[in-house]
Amino acid sequence: MRAPDNPVFAKGDVLLAVENVSLGFGGVKALTDVSFDIRKSEIRAIIGPNGAGKTSMLNCINGFYYPTEGRITFKGVKRPKMRPYEAARGGIARTFQNVALFKSMSTLDNIMAGRSIKMHSNFFWQLFRHGPAMKEEVEHRRFVEEIIDFLEIQHIRKTPVGRLPYGLQKRVELGRALAMEPELLLLDEPMAGMNLEEKEDMSRFILEVNQQYGTTIALIEHDMGVVMDLSDRVVVLEYGRKIADGTPSEVKGDQRVIDAYLGVAH
Amino acid sequence: MLYREAGQFKTNYVADSAIFPLRQDRIGLGLIIIAAYALAFLGNSFLLQAVMIPFLVFSLASIGLNILTGYTGLLSLGTGAFMGVGAYACYKLMTAFPEVNVIVWIFVSGFFSAAIGALFGLPSLRIKGFYLAVATLAAQFFLQWCFIRIPWLVNYNVSGALDAPLRTLFGTPIMGPNATPQTRYLVVLTIVILLTWLASNLVHGRIGRMWIAIRDMDLAAELMGIRPLQTKLLAFAVSSYYCGVAGALLVFLWYGGAEYDVFNINQSFFILFMVIIGGLGSLIGSFFGAALIFILPIVLGIVLPAIMSPFGISVGADVIEHLRFMIVGALIIFFLIVEPHGLARLWQIGKQKLLVWPFPY
Repeated sequence: MRAPDNPVFAKGDVLLAVENVSLGFGGVKALTDVSFDIRKSEIRAIIGPNGAGKTSMLNCINGFYYPTEGRITFKGVKRPKMRPYEAARGGIARTFQNVALFKSMSTLDNIMAGRSIKMHSNFFWQLFRHGPAMKEEVEHRRFVEEIIDFLEIQHIRKTPVGRLPYGLQKRVELGRALAMEPELLLLDEPMAGMNLEEKEDMSRFILEVNQQYGTTIALIEHDMGVVMDLSDRVVVLEYGRKIADGTPSEVKGDQRVIDAYLGVAH
Repeated sequence: MLYREAGQFKTNYVADSAIFPLRQDRIGLGLIIIAAYALAFLGNSFLLQAVMIPFLVFSLASIGLNILTGYTGLLSLGTGAFMGVGAYACYKLMTAFPEVNVIVWIFVSGFFSAAIGALFGLPSLRIKGFYLAVATLAAQFFLQWCFIRIPWLVNYNVSGALDAPLRTLFGTPIMGPNATPQTRYLVVLTIVILLTWLASNLVHGRIGRMWIAIRDMDLAAELMGIRPLQTKLLAFAVSSYYCGVAGALLVFLWYGGAEYDVFNINQSFFILFMVIIGGLGSLIGSFFGAALIFILPIVLGIVLPAIMSPFGISVGADVIEHLRFMIVGALIIFFLIVEPHGLARLWQIGKQKLLVWPFPY
């Protein structure tokens, strides 16, 4: 794999900026006036108690929802209202809280499906599975095999993912997102429901993706140990509002965060 | 013991991503194709005309519906109508331009049903499941209405029926009253093999993965950058192309002539049952489904009297007819209980068991 090289955006520049974003569904306000930014090549954690609006935030970023107010700037350009596939083509990949793999396909095909946007051979060659179509298939297979090696899932290459245990499914889902060579990778609770060993593996993969390929990562996670160890900066949401933003140690000491998690004495 | 994976090493990605990675499978497929061609010279005209030609035609239509319903997960009840579009388009084309070979027109007529199919596939962006089935039902009724009400489609023929004109290939009649079942069988077989091969290439490549992605998890597919509308419309178009060609073959190379009512809603259901029983999302399942639903009743009609007569039981043709329905119905339920994923899944399990036989795993 090679890092997506974009000379305009060096490490540390703002890759994605969320400015005064509000999101409402009828009378329910999921997000209220949230602003933060994600810088190139950092690991940015979004945390908060249940129902704080973390997943809604990710859904806004990758185009499932369009904010009712405020704006999202990606790579310095204000984003128009867009469909999720347009966000994907713009370089935003994502994994889901509850695994959303293509269950009947093998691990290999799932990750190959993640390469769909990179494949361009036309319908005619696809019909004959020959010439450019086959050449492209092999080229991308090589790339996918690198991801498979990286995630250490060689042994389940041809297993339909529906039959895999949960931890491995999460890993395949990460692989599928990586296949898109994203500039921004959104991980929605990548370690939910995992045991310690699986969490350690997943943490290692996240760090390696970030360090080797310089991929910017935004992750939602409930395991505070993981969040504090992995992330460069943390943004804390509660009831759809931002209550803290900063390095893990700053956030950890913030009284409002402690109150949000532990409750306040009345 | 002959069916083993051992010793067949793949040393490059082309070999590893082959559609039939196992040498034994490739040999088996070759033998089946040779046998199918040999049947043209060994089988009698009843076997070819009443069993094999319709079996192949229905298999082709099932492949078409399977691409849409099995691979892309979009339920359609318009199959009969899309077959009709192919048949009527083929009729118009070959009577308007008789100098062009009819084989060309059979393939071209599929494009007309592809266009109509894509048009009626537009609602699929917003609705799915039963609701989409109802939307395609509109196609079924509307198109059938067109077949009845637009006399231009049958060249103002007073009977309102399509009839197969005499057409030749290399001087041999392949269509019309003078064409023998043998030549028609060979033409149908070649077309079905060619189109099955193309379908198999499609579903095993990028496009097939996009279809399955839409079926399995459409939200995630969209997040992979897969455009839902284009992918679904492509499935509708390809599916309807296959149905259209099947429809043209059905009228002109099997029946020799037909009226609008062969493309009614029953035909749509008939093909849908074949796809479900054969196996959703499987090309070989389309053949199995067509065999079970179409050939099995014929076989029973011959076999039942034969096994009853030695016991001195002589039954009337009507009783045999009833028994046929009962047995086929019971078998359909039996197979669906044993393997809800269809005969193709049973076939796959059987092959996997055979690979490690006599050991359980």
